[in-house]
Amino acid sequence: MSLKIVVCVKYVPDATGDRTFAEDLTTDRDAVDGLLSELDEYAVEQALRIAEDADDAEVIALTIGPEDATDALRKALSMGADRAVHVEDDDLHGTDALGTSLVLAKAIEHTGFDLVVCGMASTDGGMGVVPAMLAERLGVPQVTLLSELSVADGAVTGRRDGDAATERLRASLPAVVSVTDQSGEARYPSFKGIMAAKKKPVETLDLEDLDIEPSQVGLAGARTTVLSATERPPRTAGEIVTDEGEGGKQLAAFLAERKFI
Amino acid sequence: MPDILVYVDHTDGAVRKPTLELLTLARRLGDPVAVHLGPGAEQAAPALAEHGAVRVLAADAPEFADYHVVPKVDALQAAVDAVSPAAVLVPSSAEGKEIAARLAVRTGSGLLTDAVDVAEQDGHVVATQSVFAASYTTVSRVTEGMPVITVKPNAAAPEPSPAAGTVEQLQVTFSALASGTQVVTRTPRETTGRPELTEAAIVVSGGRGLGGAEHFALIEELADALGGAVGASRAAVDAGWYPHSNQVGQTGKTVSPQLYIAAGISGAIQHRAGMQTSKTIVAINKDAEAPIFELADYGVVGDLFDVVPALTEEVKARKG
Ligand SMILES: Cc1cc2nc3c(=O)[nH]c(=O)nc-3n(C[C@H](O)[C@H](O)[C@H](O)COP(=O)(O)OP(=O)(O)OC[C@H]3O[C@@H](n4cnc5c(N)ncnc54)[C@H](O)[C@@H]3O)c2cc1C
Ligand SMILES: Nc1ncnc2c1ncn2[C@@H]1O[C@H](COP(=O)(O)O)[C@@H](O)[C@H]1O
Repeated sequence: MSLKIVVCVKYVPDATGDRTFAEDLTTDRDAVDGLLSELDEYAVEQALRIAEDADDAEVIALTIGPEDATDALRKALSMGADRAVHVEDDDLHGTDALGTSLVLAKAIEHTGFDLVVCGMASTDGGMGVVPAMLAERLGVPQVTLLSELSVADGAVTGRRDGDAATERLRASLPAVVSVTDQSGEARYPSFKGIMAAKKKPVETLDLEDLDIEPSQVGLAGARTTVLSATERPPRTAGEIVTDEGEGGKQLAAFLAERKFI
Repeated sequence: MPDILVYVDHTDGAVRKPTLELLTLARRLGDPVAVHLGPGAEQAAPALAEHGAVRVLAADAPEFADYHVVPKVDALQAAVDAVSPAAVLVPSSAEGKEIAARLAVRTGSGLLTDAVDVAEQDGHVVATQSVFAASYTTVSRVTEGMPVITVKPNAAAPEPSPAAGTVEQLQVTFSALASGTQVVTRTPRETTGRPELTEAAIVVSGGRGLGGAEHFALIEELADALGGAVGASRAAVDAGWYPHSNQVGQTGKTVSPQLYIAAGISGAIQHRAGMQTSKTIVAINKDAEAPIFELADYGVVGDLFDVVPALTEEVKARKG
C-alpha cells in the first residue's frame, strides 16, 4: 500500500532565547535564532517510523514561514523526510491560527495526502489548535494528542492520555494526527542524512500558487488582534537560606507567616 | 444583554470548577447560557444556575462518548445557531481547545486560547493571555465574527449569582464527520483524593533531584500535609517516576496556585512556563546556582531528603 504522509513543521524562535514582540505586536523573528520547533521533531519522528513500516511511503515536510524557515525543512529532510514544501509569501506576515490552517490545508490538498502528522503545539504561539482546524478544513477525521500510534489496514490507531481518561482512538485514512512529546524520542540526523538532505527537493509555493487571496491571511486577514504586549516584571528572588539543619523549620516559619499553615 | 455561551466541563453532571469560573467571567459580558452535553444536565443545572446560567441547553446522545470531538462541535454549533451569542467561552482543556478550534473554523470567527482573564472593553470582548513562557502578558481581541475564547483554570474566583438555569433540550443533527474518530476504549484515570492539579491552591512538585519513583512519597506526604496537589518536572515524568498527567510545564499543565513548592527541580524555561505565575514560589535545591532560585520568594539551599521531611513534620505539628 502506498502511503503519502505530510508532516507539518513550524520554524520558531528558540525558547531559550529572550523572545519578544516586534513593533506591530507580531512575534519578533529577528530577535532570537529560529529552529524547527522541538515539538515538531516528534511529528517528523513518527512520520518516519510509520513510513518505515509501510511498503511504499513518502514523507513530505511542509512549512509556512519566512525564508529562514527552510532551516526547519532541512532539519526534517536530514532526519529522513523525502521532500519538502515551503509556503512563503510576504503577505503571510502576521497570519493567525485560522489563516495558518487555511494555507496548510490548501498546501496539503496541493501535495495530496493519506496522513497528515502534526506536533502537539508550536513552541511559540503554543495554541495547539492547528491540527483540529486542519481536520475540519480537510474534512477528514482527527486523531490528536497521541502518545503512541500505529497505521495498519488503512486506519490509524493511537493512545490519547487525557485529563480524565486514557482513550484508544481509531479512524480510517485519510486523517490528521498530532503527537505529543511522549510519543518517542526524535532521532538525531546522521552525517549521511545531513549530506543527503542537501540534494532533496524543496518546492516553494506562494499564495497565488495556492489560490489564496492575500486578504484572507496575514495581519490583514487575521481575525484576532493583539492590543498590547507587556513584559511581565521579572520575579525578584526572595530570601534564600542555606540548610544547616534548620532549613525545614525556617521554611515552615515562612509558610506560616504567609498563612499557608 | 447579549447571550454568552459557556461550554460545560463535567463528569456525568458533576460540574468542574473551571466552568463555574467561566460563568462568573461570562456575566461581565452578558447573560450566560450553559451548554451541557452528555448525561447529567438535571444534576448540573443547580450549580450552573447558582453561578448565573440563565438557561442550560442540554443534549445527550451516545455519539458524545463513542466518537471523538466532532459530535461536541456539532452540538456547540447547534447552540450557536439557536442563541446567536455575542461570545463563546470554553474551558481551556486539550479537548476544549479542539472543540473551540473547529467551531472557529466553522463560524469564521477569531479564536483566542488560554485566556487568563476576559473582560469587556469599549464594547469589545478582550482576553488577557500569558505568552512566551509567561514572560509577556498580552491583551487581544477578536476582530471578526463571534469571539471564541478558551479560558484557563483559575482565571476568576467563582462567584454565586443565582439565575433561572432552566434546562432546555438542544436539538443536534450530527454531521457526516461526527463518527469519523471512534473511541475504542476509555480508561478513566484513577482518583488520588488529592485536589486537581490545575485547580489546587497549593502544589508541591518534585524533579530529577528525587532520584527515583519511590521518593515521590516524600512529595506526596508534604502535599497531603498542606492539602495540596502533586506535580512533577518532565525529567521526573520521562524517568517514569510519576504520571505524565502530573507534569507541570510547557508540555504539561499550567498551574497558578497560591503556593508552589519545587523540590529537586532546576527551573528550566519549559518548567517555568507552567508555574511562573504562581503567587508564592518556594524552592528546595542543593545547588545554590539553580535558576529556580531566581523566581523563588523563599529558597532553601539544601538536600531535599533533609529539608522536605523536616518541613512536613513541622507543617503537621503546626496544624496540630
Ligand atoms: C519542547 C520541550 C518541552 C518541555 N516541556 C517541559 C515541561 O512541560 N515540564 C518540565 O518540567 N520540563 C519540560 N521540558 C524539559 C526541561 O527543559 C528540563 O529538562 C526539565 O524541566 C528538567 O527537570 P528537572 O528540573 O527535574 O531536572 P534537572 O534539570 O536535572 O534538575 C534537577 C535539580 O535537582 C537538584 N537536586 C539533585 N539532587 C538533589 C537533592 N538531593 N536535594 C535537592 N536538590 C537536588 C539539582 O541541583 C538540579 O537543580 C521540556 C523541554 C523541551 C525541549
Ligand atoms: N506555520 C506552520 N507551518 C507548518 N506547520 C505548522 C505551522 N503552524 C502550526 N503548524 C503545525 O500545527 C501544530 C500545532 O500548532 P499550533 O496550533 O500553532 O500550536 C504544530 O506542531 C505544527 O505541526
